[in-house]
Amino acid sequence: MTRHSGTRWWIAGQLLPLALLLPTGFGLLGVLLPTFGFHPGLNETGFSLQAINALTGDPSFGQAIWTTLISGLGGAFLSVGAAFGFCASIYHTPWFKRLRAPLSAALALPHVSFAVGFAFLLAPSGFLARLISPEISGWQQPPDFLIVGDPWALCLLIGLALKETLFLVLMIISALGQVRADAMVRTAQSYGYGPVRAFMLIIAPQIYRQIRIPISAVIASSVGSIDLALVLGPSAPPTLAVLVLNWFGDFDLELQFQAAAGASTLLLISLVAIGIWDVLERLTGQLGRLWIWSGRRSGWADIAIAAFGQSVAGLSLFASLLSVLVLLIWSFAGQWQWPEALPMSWSLSHWGSSMAAIIKLSVTTIGLACISTLLALILCLIALEARDKGGRSRPQILPLLPLLLPQASFLFGVTILWSALHWDGSVAIVIWTHLLFVGPYIYLSLHGPFQALDPRSALTARTLGKTRWATFLEVKIPLLFRPIVTAAAIGFSVSVTLYLPTLVAGAGRISTLATETLALASGGDRKTLGVIAISLTVLPFLALLASLGLSDFVATRRKGLLI
Amino acid sequence: MHLPLNFPSRRTILIGFTAIAVTSCSKPNPSAGALPGTWEEIMAAARGQTVRWNAWAGDPKINAYITWVAEILRSRFDIRLEHLKTDNTASGVTRLIADKTAKRTSEGSIDLMWINGENFAVAKQQGLLFGPFTDRLPNFKLVDTIGKPSTILDFTLPTLGFESPWGMAQITFFYDQARLPNPPRSLEALLAFATKRPGRFTYPAPGDFVGVTFLKQILSELCADKDALKRQVNPTEFPAMTAPLWDYLERLHPNLWRAAQAFPPDYPALMRLLEDQEVDLALAFNPAEGTTGVTAGRLPPTTRAYTLDNGTITNSHFVAIPFNSSAREGALVTANFLLSPEAQARKADPKVWGDPGVLELSRLTPKDRTLFDAILDHPSMPRPEDQARALPEPHPSWHLALSEAWRARFAA
Repeated sequence: MTRHSGTRWWIAGQLLPLALLLPTGFGLLGVLLPTFGFHPGLNETGFSLQAINALTGDPSFGQAIWTTLISGLGGAFLSVGAAFGFCASIYHTPWFKRLRAPLSAALALPHVSFAVGFAFLLAPSGFLARLISPEISGWQQPPDFLIVGDPWALCLLIGLALKETLFLVLMIISALGQVRADAMVRTAQSYGYGPVRAFMLIIAPQIYRQIRIPISAVIASSVGSIDLALVLGPSAPPTLAVLVLNWFGDFDLELQFQAAAGASTLLLISLVAIGIWDVLERLTGQLGRLWIWSGRRSGWADIAIAAFGQSVAGLSLFASLLSVLVLLIWSFAGQWQWPEALPMSWSLSHWGSSMAAIIKLSVTTIGLACISTLLALILCLIALEARDKGGRSRPQILPLLPLLLPQASFLFGVTILWSALHWDGSVAIVIWTHLLFVGPYIYLSLHGPFQALDPRSALTARTLGKTRWATFLEVKIPLLFRPIVTAAAIGFSVSVTLYLPTLVAGAGRISTLATETLALASGGDRKTLGVIAISLTVLPFLALLASLGLSDFVATRRKGLLI
Repeated sequence: MHLPLNFPSRRTILIGFTAIAVTSCSKPNPSAGALPGTWEEIMAAARGQTVRWNAWAGDPKINAYITWVAEILRSRFDIRLEHLKTDNTASGVTRLIADKTAKRTSEGSIDLMWINGENFAVAKQQGLLFGPFTDRLPNFKLVDTIGKPSTILDFTLPTLGFESPWGMAQITFFYDQARLPNPPRSLEALLAFATKRPGRFTYPAPGDFVGVTFLKQILSELCADKDALKRQVNPTEFPAMTAPLWDYLERLHPNLWRAAQAFPPDYPALMRLLEDQEVDLALAFNPAEGTTGVTAGRLPPTTRAYTLDNGTITNSHFVAIPFNSSAREGALVTANFLLSPEAQARKADPKVWGDPGVLELSRLTPKDRTLFDAILDHPSMPRPEDQARALPEPHPSWHLALSEAWRARFAA
């Protein structure tokens, strides 16, 4: 009996990795094979290096690789440094505990909305320039400054860094809960170490090990960034991910092969970037050791680290807030011309005229998010239960794989499979594709709480004759209520903001608020853009609020729940 | 002169399509016979069909117009029109090519596509289109095929009834008269303007169709052998032919917006730069672009539009029906409605879209003609004499060739 149940659980536990790895694996094959000239869908069944030659011969190739690597690695480097510096500088202060809510709120801001708002903040004709023009700046017309879309991708790098810093801060906060930080820091302080140094030397190395996967995910997503790159990145030539997107959209069949080779290169760049990161990580470790041996208890470095972390994190929060603000202003703006700092008139008409579209887009967006989140929750909980042996273990790497690859490196490949099966563009495929990204985040967010369950509760239930299934349903899931609600909010937010996966899997036929925002981002009417982007931004916030409200509501009625 | 190494091979699919375009009209489409005989029967068969229309969706005005078309089709013809929004018509052609390769000859995913130029050339040459069908549309008789030859001659290729004209486009320049009293009216003047006011002009990065058309515009004026533009690109002559163009751009670029280190991705982005006063001069394919901006309050009322003294590139855009459409009748009824005076007049209204019509007004009933009278002469529209200076589009093969050569030179 028990053995059978064990086998059944083992099989059920494979559902999550299977659901995530099947499309991912096919997707990788679907770009790797055409890279070497093999593409049965286009009647090419030989192998050749033509695609690679075409790619390396492309005039944009060299520059695109360079900007991709610089913005991806640079963005990750800045954000990791800033996140640690920020945490080191404030973890011992009372308001560190109160940071979770504003951080979660800022994190819920979709990349697309952030990019659009950020671009308008920084542009020479944008919000900040309008605030000081013409009185302070003396600019009668917008200055010809190359800020947004510079050919070196620095604007993209900074945008990526600002957006990812808060994510990593939140990851560090979660990881801190699993380290006995207070006691260790107190000991260090009794030896005379300042708080920043104590954190960097003692806590940071322990936490770092736990957030390596999120850091790799940040590198991969930065290297493969499409939404931010389209708005903030260079245009002539764009980054590799954007080039790949353009090539896949071209009707020239040979470009399909070149696009596949580009997607493979994107994967390679991401691996190289993670490899470079690994080397840097070791070097930093060695430097840290030297730092410890120096025996110094405080110094200018503490101040520098704290100042860097606080300014980047502060800027990040500030930029997120301002981005939402300018989008909100645009959505209600009447006429708003340079150099007016605020619209010359206000109007509700954009909301009125877009309402039908907003409702339609929201229904699709929310529907996709709810279904993919629900599926992901079920698969993740079953997978976690199946592997549960009552002790602690690290998260499996396999279900996290889709996060560790640049999106463009496998999403285009898998469309070959869908179209061969005539499933392309169907709602089911879009949901499955969303699952690839929602699943890993939910898995990551449920893993810790699941491990933290007191094994005695389940043991007691089993001793009293409950089956494993009943124990799972009636004991563990109720105990995990709050983490599940939080994970659902995260999953929902992830799904809502997915741009490339929706675009590619939906074959352009399924429009969500995210795809519509980006469609309008480059040249659409800013007022309509504001309306759509604000609608997009509101959804994750609502999910966050709902999860907080639901958790509190349940917490006041039931005691002993996990937080 | 350096060209991309893969220059000839990338063009293999384009080679010789002129010949095929001519011969294929004699080959009847195998499934064409499945259509009902009379228009009434076609309308009856179209009832209840869902027409999925693959159309570029980068402009909210156009999207709103398509939504209006969908409402009419639903209420009047019982047709459900779905707008498949794309940022790139080519992706629709790619999808059809994949369908063709996979031998998916029915139940395709697209029933109607907004198309012209090189996309039509490729789609036609690859046998991806259903037709000829325009002779079946009652409203096609109203099209001004004489005065607007591009309605049947798409980028030098005869349409042969495989696409139905929908609207017209002409490269038009826009500026604010209050800030720029004397806009440049020739290429030489444009160069002088850029030198005098550095950073106040730019064009969409080629790849984008307006960007490539700007290159064609310069080439049409500067190249020695204008007839060569009507033919397939000859790779060996290409460098010498385009030398004056690159020479011109080399002189123009240092004084462009952002010193040509960055370009707007498309014309809406360029128009936005004009709205933000980042540039003093913008160009677009739609002559009413300035007027719609003024009407919407994005551009000042002093906005004006004009074409160059030597004329500007003009073309038509069309709708075509894919070979594997599952709603041909519905697509035909849709194409016919798009040609109706009612739909054409609404499209031409700058408050709606401002896309110039394709109809010969003298062929309309007096009542229908009043629909067009209602569209006021707006000061931000180009004057009729500006619109009369039309230059033809070069052969479709120039699009990719110019765009690639530009990339090799300026985006590497």
